Amino acid sequence: MNILVVGLSHKTAPVEIRERVAFPPTAMEKPLHEMLALPAVTEGVIVSTCNRVELIACSRDSDACIGQLKRFLATFHNIPMEQLESHLYDYRGEEAIRHVFRVSSSLDSMVIGEPQILGQIKTAYGYASEFKTVGLILNRFLHKAFSVAKRVRTETDIASNAVSVSFAAVELARKIFGSLDDKKVLLIGAGEMCELAARHFLNNGASSVMVTNRTYERAVKLAEEFKGQAIPFDEFPQRLHQVDIVLTSTGAPNFILGHEKMEEVIRQRKNKPMFLIDIAVPRDIDPKVNKIDNIYLYDVDDLQGVVQANLKERHKEAKRAETIIDQEIGQFFRWIGSLDVVPTIVALRKKLEEIRQGELQKTFTNLKNLDKKERQAIEALTSAIINKVLHQPTTVLKQAQNDSSGSDYVDAVRTLFDLEPPPAEDN
Amino acid sequence: MSVNILLFKITLILYSVSTVLYLVDVVRRKEKAGKTGKMARWILLGGFVLHCATLLVRYFEAGYTPVANLHESLSFFAWTLVGIFLLFDVRYRMTVLGAFSCPLAVILMLVGSTATTTIKEVNPALDSWWFPVHVTLAFLGNAVFTVAFIAGVMYLLQERMLKSKKFSALYYRLPSLDVLDSINYKCLSIGFPLMTMGIISGAVWANSAWGGYWRWDPKETWALITWFLYAALLHGRLTIGWRGRRAAIFAIIGFLCLLFTFLGVNLLLSDLHSFKAMQGR
Repeated sequence: MNILVVGLSHKTAPVEIRERVAFPPTAMEKPLHEMLALPAVTEGVIVSTCNRVELIACSRDSDACIGQLKRFLATFHNIPMEQLESHLYDYRGEEAIRHVFRVSSSLDSMVIGEPQILGQIKTAYGYASEFKTVGLILNRFLHKAFSVAKRVRTETDIASNAVSVSFAAVELARKIFGSLDDKKVLLIGAGEMCELAARHFLNNGASSVMVTNRTYERAVKLAEEFKGQAIPFDEFPQRLHQVDIVLTSTGAPNFILGHEKMEEVIRQRKNKPMFLIDIAVPRDIDPKVNKIDNIYLYDVDDLQGVVQANLKERHKEAKRAETIIDQEIGQFFRWIGSLDVVPTIVALRKKLEEIRQGELQKTFTNLKNLDKKERQAIEALTSAIINKVLHQPTTVLKQAQNDSSGSDYVDAVRTLFDLEPPPAEDN
Repeated sequence: MSVNILLFKITLILYSVSTVLYLVDVVRRKEKAGKTGKMARWILLGGFVLHCATLLVRYFEAGYTPVANLHESLSFFAWTLVGIFLLFDVRYRMTVLGAFSCPLAVILMLVGSTATTTIKEVNPALDSWWFPVHVTLAFLGNAVFTVAFIAGVMYLLQERMLKSKKFSALYYRLPSLDVLDSINYKCLSIGFPLMTMGIISGAVWANSAWGGYWRWDPKETWALITWFLYAALLHGRLTIGWRGRRAAIFAIIGFLCLLFTFLGVNLLLSDLHSFKAMQGR
């Protein structure tokens, strides 16, 4: 039994192609059933997000299955095969396992470590189990993928540094203030990024927001949204010393906060630190302000720089995640291998034969005066019992190997008779 | 090899192992301690317990509080440093602090292990219960100020990165400026009274031993200079709102003075406090 992946992602296909092969989440039943109806497919899951479309399947015949899955993608979406093929990748066996583990751990994402992908795969799995297109192997495989993703998340810092400008601002504030509890935010001007950042500050503990704007009505409106306080524009300089975090994005052509003003403010604050975030272009705050002790001024480019540094850090963590995945693959691959029918039958026979031999030994030591003929009769008898008992299970296992229930039987037999999994092939 | 030296060496080994673990943990993780960090803490605690035993055994073997020569002083200093760090660790749980403090303790111990360890007759003046009181207070103060120094160095590194907007890997490992500044303040408010009491107990002892509170020997002079430095910082913090970078720089300068008072004076300028004077004349 083999796990296979056929698909495309932001790495191999432009958005024009991706949007054409995407499966709408509202109508997953049809594609899932059509996929399962392919002759070589025994189990199937379809993962479809804006950055990737992947068919995860289970099959006995890898080559045939990959061909069928590719054709299925093309015909289902009415795309000529020659146009689609160059964007598709396929993985089988260990490589397929590694791929799915990497995807669910967000190592293959456009932004490494982004948290959505795991949820998307869980949803995809949800559809597959709702429409009963998954069986023993993919069930266990996807649960394994979820647990690997969880391990990567807790044991590495892959997701711990902000990769968006507004979150980066919140993290910088934490590095300066420790906790954001009781910190006051002043919002000067309006702008999407500014408002988003203000919201993040509030969600992370900041106690209140003051809003000011050249148009007072806009300030009032925005203040209502944040349950904050609106301040007339010409009054805000007198309030500066009361706030810890300042976000500016006005359309002013010149600096609205200069070096001298800020020196005065920091004196009034008895040197309590301030964090100024200038999102405006052209800038609102004189860059020289950053030279004042206990004031930290960041403009848009600085925040972008932080995001870049954080991304680099995530890439470093990704390397550690790969080693975790390596460990998990070996374990899972061994389990998959144990699900083959023939080695299971051999192992089952061997187990029973061992029992028979053991019991024969005991009997023969007790009954010392048996002659040769009688011994042969007993041996033949026990051997016949085993063959008779094993006949039906063996037939069922051999028949089941051609449909999706095979792995269930194999797994059941291995559990019931406590059969050792076969040694890993990679050793 | 006498028992106390054997214990000393085992302690040193435990401290070293703990240091390595702390460093590994800091390189691998951020701020909060991982498994290695926790292991480092327990090993350090084990080392500290052994170190207590070391000092006790030495005390009974020598018959005086073991801070009369370089080896003993460095060992005692390392002991107070580790003890104070462990106390701070209860409150802050910071692996980075361990990664900075433990190497320092190990260096103190290493230098201490190269100094001569033989127990000699001591100056009869040391045979007073003021001796342990004076020395313990002074060393505890030193250890607290050492933590302030470490926090100061970390503050300056972190502040530099936040100002210049260039972040090295250390940025992710260091705690927030606020935490570092509050350590600075806490150390100052604990260390300053300790140091003050250390000086006063010394003066009282001097009076009972030599009939004079203050003799302006180099140790006393330098201790006073250091004391004024810390007094200025404490005053600045409380009244004019000195904090952050300035407080960190003060803590660093204060520590350098302290180091000179502790080692420089004893080794370079010799007088009452020199190790030679402590041995019997």
